[in-house]
Amino acid sequence: MELIIFIILITLGYVSGTIVEKKHYRSIENREEKFLSLPAVTIKKCGPTTKKVEQVRLVSGNAVISVDYFKRILAGLRNVFGGRVKSYESLIDRARREAILRMKREALFSDVILNIRVETSSIGQDANRKKNIGSIEAFAYGTAVTYRK
Amino acid sequence: MILTNIESVPGKNIVEHFGVVSGSTVRAKHVGRDIMASLKNLVGGELKGYTELLQDSRDEATNRMIAQAGQLGANAIVNVRFATSSVAQGASELYAYGTAVRVE
Repeated sequence: MELIIFIILITLGYVSGTIVEKKHYRSIENREEKFLSLPAVTIKKCGPTTKKVEQVRLVSGNAVISVDYFKRILAGLRNVFGGRVKSYESLIDRARREAILRMKREALFSDVILNIRVETSSIGQDANRKKNIGSIEAFAYGTAVTYRK
Repeated sequence: MILTNIESVPGKNIVEHFGVVSGSTVRAKHVGRDIMASLKNLVGGELKGYTELLQDSRDEATNRMIAQAGQLGANAIVNVRFATSSVAQGASELYAYGTAVRVE
């Protein structure tokens, strides 16, 4: 009986997790293309420009993404053999890119975002007590500068 | 109040420093959200409840920092940083700090 539940959970996790991830990557790629004209840089200076600065403000975005049951089991197995844990790589990648996109959405009418920082923290530890990380938060912030037209 | 996370405010000059200002808040999630989150942990995807909760908490920390800077008579905060730490199981602290300055 327990084995049946386990198999059901794994299948559910695999199917829905794959669908969710593919959908999310598609939407991330679409939006990244849309925001190509708004550069987000890690340098702190505006660069050589003669334009007058109109507005400066702090913009930020965050996202909490969780892995599915199948990937968590997979990562648990990886812990035994060692090596690259691909399922968590894609999880963190999605969270970071999503956070940066949300930051850019907040800075929609700005010209450049300076000094962007991305930090991650794992939360909800007691929601997935059995295995260590299951959900991760990425938080991106930077200074949006708008030039006078 | 102008906030930036670089050392200066582009297009303006810093005329006075007021020192470090900070704001923090500790938040826990309620049980309903935890249950929803553990269900979401099976299928994967974004945990919207947590995203909102953390965003709200950061806004709160930022507002406290802004209030402190306002009391000092500053009109901008430069070099703002955010930090997250988990104090206990299920509760996390959001901390925002920066340097209060007056710009012209």
